[in-house]
Amino acid sequence: MSFLTMVYASLYYFAAIVLLVGVTYKVVQYARTPAPLKIPTTPAPTTRSGVVFRMTREVVLFESLFRGNKWTWIFGWIFHFGLLLVTLRHLRYFINPVWLPIELVQPFGIYGGIAMVVGLAGLWARRFFVDRVRYISSPSDHFILGLLIAIGCTGLLMTFVFHTDIVAVKSFFLGLYAFDPPPLPTDPLLLLHLLLVATLMIIFPYSKLLHAPGLFFSPSRNQVDNPREQRHIAPWAKRLEQD
Amino acid sequence: MAKATFEVPELSQYIDVPAVMPDTMAHSMPFVAKPEIQNPLGYPGELVDDWQERALEKMGDLLGRYRSLRVYLDSCVKCGSCTDKCHYYLGTKDPKNMPVGRQDLMRKVYRRYFTLAGRFFPKLVGAEDFTKEVLDDWYSYFHQCSQCRRCSVFCPYGIDTAEISMAAREIMDSIGVGQKYCNEIIGKVYKIGNNLGLPGPALADTLEGLEEDVFDDTGVQVRYPLDEEGAEILLVTPSADFFAEPHVDGLIGYGKVFHEAGVTWTLSSHASEAANFGMFIGSYENMRRVAQRIREAAIKLKVKRIVFGECGHAWRVAYSFLNTLAGPWDFLDPRYPVPQHICEFTYDLIQRGQLTFDKSENDDKVLTYHDSCNVARASRMGDTPGGQFDIPRAIIRATCNHFYDMDEDTIRDRTFCCGGGGGLLTDDLMELRVKGAKPRVEALNNVMQEKGVTHMAAICAICKSQFTKVLPYYGMEMDQIVSLHQLVSNAIVLSGQNEDDEEDEADEAA
Repeated sequence: MSFLTMVYASLYYFAAIVLLVGVTYKVVQYARTPAPLKIPTTPAPTTRSGVVFRMTREVVLFESLFRGNKWTWIFGWIFHFGLLLVTLRHLRYFINPVWLPIELVQPFGIYGGIAMVVGLAGLWARRFFVDRVRYISSPSDHFILGLLIAIGCTGLLMTFVFHTDIVAVKSFFLGLYAFDPPPLPTDPLLLLHLLLVATLMIIFPYSKLLHAPGLFFSPSRNQVDNPREQRHIAPWAKRLEQD
Repeated sequence: MAKATFEVPELSQYIDVPAVMPDTMAHSMPFVAKPEIQNPLGYPGELVDDWQERALEKMGDLLGRYRSLRVYLDSCVKCGSCTDKCHYYLGTKDPKNMPVGRQDLMRKVYRRYFTLAGRFFPKLVGAEDFTKEVLDDWYSYFHQCSQCRRCSVFCPYGIDTAEISMAAREIMDSIGVGQKYCNEIIGKVYKIGNNLGLPGPALADTLEGLEEDVFDDTGVQVRYPLDEEGAEILLVTPSADFFAEPHVDGLIGYGKVFHEAGVTWTLSSHASEAANFGMFIGSYENMRRVAQRIREAAIKLKVKRIVFGECGHAWRVAYSFLNTLAGPWDFLDPRYPVPQHICEFTYDLIQRGQLTFDKSENDDKVLTYHDSCNVARASRMGDTPGGQFDIPRAIIRATCNHFYDMDEDTIRDRTFCCGGGGGLLTDDLMELRVKGAKPRVEALNNVMQEKGVTHMAAICAICKSQFTKVLPYYGMEMDQIVSLHQLVSNAIVLSGQNEDDEEDEADEAA
């Protein structure tokens, strides 16, 4: 195994573990922390299935953001939808044989890559041109946008300009499962792309990227509006009643 | 009216989002609570020596007890959706009054001490040490949030700045930095039973006076009972209702509705307050202690139902939290929700055709309706979501001939807070209150110009007090704000109402 392959193999084992353990830790932490009071933002659904529907609208359509700011919504949605297509497209490098839906999504994945970069550019522009958004932006907000755009651009460049040996890349990742990866191609663009993606995976559990799991645990969105019908009480609050 | 020592914002046709002007409100701070106010609530009297350590310890405790706090501090992506939604930002231009700006005051401390990134790369993620300067900023700006939840409507993750403000106030209380207004009031509830500190005999006196007034007015013996054991309904209403215009007109209205419904009811001198300022300071324990008084009163008076009068955040605590804080209510009549809002009660009677109205009694007014923030975004009325918007409007339509809504962007779940909620209804925050009222007053002004609206009805004691006080700053009249049940009271025709009233009218008409 070449030194480079070894470095990248270790990097990806490390990144995968950090991502998995980190996100699991946060999800468990969120799930274990009680929500002592009923605080759905009303009007809110009065049934569990209604909440699922509300949450689905938030996850798929970004409903609240749509009501809040149309520009952020359009750029944000384009970016996230693009990212979804790109992720689906990339699944083929990690599974063998490739599932039919993943085969079918391949051409759209390329448009997804373009959409992703366009959306990100729009979001980044807002951080410079809208004074309120400029005020609230910290270096890490710029850093994450830059990181994602760089991932998108290096990916697109490999698709359209500097092709890499994608079959070898796939063998590398499939080889990681068996702890015996074949050599990784050494195109600088590919190495950069992979380095950035690993960085993204590593910072995920320590950054605002936690908004992804966070949304599902947001009491103002995931609670059923039924406080009069059903008594809601947290374990620590229950203990107050025993005194 | 006292002359303003600050510049009253000019009203415009549309909500215009101001450019950021840092620190315009950095000077705004409510009076700090003295030890004799702090101690009865279980808080240190003044800033403790090791305050930073203890504040962080409290923060860790709250992070473990409130999922909302933990998730909201982690999840914000700084998208900016909330930045132009807070009435205090729109009215003051201070970026720390943008919801995310306010949250970041706590988030930067959270990141510094509770996250890996903030511990190692504070500059990168905007983390900061919890210094005295930061604490001062907390005291100033977490007392510039009325906990109205408008930001949470527009946040893609539902981040509710109210939750963060409440936690911040709880942390500050725990190190001895309390707000005089809220904490003094909570103390009064413990000692006397209500926010205004009206003792039982004073209440009895007021209610007796109301009975006489209504009798003189209508010739009908409408009762306003206090502490009557065995009554069917316990009415819990904000103590402002006993005290001042336009609140008391609402109370008169509730009594007339109960009279027509033919139910027995009573007020309680022990639970003579619907408001629960424990919520404003984010203290579950204090909120519970205040709420327990209602349970005690209900048991002592052997009532079957509990009905709440017009009060915004009180209705939030009642609707959303009362079952949690003081339930279970298994000793009450299971056929009725616990608690019920007076609007639900009145609306139900209207639906069943049990109330007769003479709408022309309100013809001297053209109405609009102000959705109180905590009713709109933190509670419900009736069986279907949105009943909190439709039921009060249905009551206005049933009792008034002339009604127009304000701009869609400023009503229902997008309603603007009056500017005085969340424990800010105090004279030492007058500048904030006037500026924070701007978006609502703007929308009101527009319907006044376009539709000839003369009065705005509300169902919240804080809204009513706030508008009474701030409308004059904008060149309007203080009595343009009315109680919803004042309209009911005006229009309701009581059975057996004396004819000479009608004769009077006939005379006038002749």
